[in-house]
Amino acid sequence: MDGIHDLGGMQGFGAVAHSPAEPAFPQRWQAVARALLMVVAGAVEASGGEFRHSIERMEPGHYLTSGYYEHWLTAAATLAVEHGLVTRADLEARAGGRFPLSGPVLAPPVASAGPDVGGPRFGVGDRVRVREWHPPGHTRCPGYVRGKAGVVVRVDGTHSVPDVEAHGTARRYEPTYSVRFDAADLWRDGQHGVSVQVDLWDSYLERS
Amino acid sequence: MSAEGDHPVPVSPVEQRVAALEAVLTERGLVPEGFIEESTRRYESETGPMNGAKVVARAWVDPDYKQRLLAEGTAAIAELGFGGPEGHHMVVVENTAAVHNVIVCTLCSCYPWPVLGLPPAWYKDPPYRARMVREPRALLAEMGCPLPGDVEIRVWDSSAEVRYLVLPQRPLETEGMTEAELAGLVTRDSMIGVARLSAGR
Repeated sequence: MDGIHDLGGMQGFGAVAHSPAEPAFPQRWQAVARALLMVVAGAVEASGGEFRHSIERMEPGHYLTSGYYEHWLTAAATLAVEHGLVTRADLEARAGGRFPLSGPVLAPPVASAGPDVGGPRFGVGDRVRVREWHPPGHTRCPGYVRGKAGVVVRVDGTHSVPDVEAHGTARRYEPTYSVRFDAADLWRDGQHGVSVQVDLWDSYLERS
Repeated sequence: MSAEGDHPVPVSPVEQRVAALEAVLTERGLVPEGFIEESTRRYESETGPMNGAKVVARAWVDPDYKQRLLAEGTAAIAELGFGGPEGHHMVVVENTAAVHNVIVCTLCSCYPWPVLGLPPAWYKDPPYRARMVREPRALLAEMGCPLPGDVEIRVWDSSAEVRYLVLPQRPLETEGMTEAELAGLVTRDSMIGVARLSAGR
């Protein structure tokens, strides 16, 4: 989905609140939220894709105004409710207030994954173009590279396609590639001597 | 807007929402005894940038190891005992006088947990994720890492299964230092690629 999580290249955010070191969990609830996500994801057997998509479906304003571990909390609660472990009413009664959950899945369930892609279609040095499409469900293809041409710089192993695994029990396996894009090809203000390498599944790409 | 119109129910504070979910999952018998404490302890004390620093220091002193690290990152990192979730497919990218590498995850917050620990808050927040792929030279300068104009910048967006570690340049005037002393020079930021190292740290 074209969600708020797809942040690459968005403008207007201002300075990075950098700190050279910090505790793993500045507050205890963050550690608990993290562990509870692990509990829920295990109990409902959520794939990595389903987990990430449960964060991506957060209401954009909530996403931008809450930190990472509130994202994890929202994902854990959303998955727990969607899989019938708990009800929202129960959570809200115990929390003593509203408990915002992520929005509904917009994509239909994936019933058939289609055939695996056994070997890589592209090799290092091949010029490829990213498909220009806007799937309603989960994808790991960032918006800022769609329609853009780049060069394969590394061929990786075969991995489960997130777009499929996020939406049911079907799985499809495809090679992934690291694709180098010149900044000047990505942005009108792209700087000389800058490239961005993005890791992409086989079906995101076509020969350029 | 909520269904309650003019009198929306306020959002529960985040600590109370966490406690509510913990209570209901515990009642359902889904939270194993000690799980939260154990999982927290592991990420507070067992993983962190001190692991990555050992990998970097080894690569600086052992050319054969460095070669293996750049060719087969996961296996070379496992030689030092590090691996696990978010570290199953490691690629190590080397900074040189001519090329500077930096890692980001624009879609979420992918990060090499076994060698760097959990990501810092700023790595997960929108400004870093939005800007590093668009204006890395300006952002690096802003973060205290100005680069000469002729240094090529390669940004690595961890959008699939590979997790990246930057191998920083060994600082000058460190010839006499032991591997352990060298590891002490290596910062988390230098392995993300938002800092360069100097011997005087």
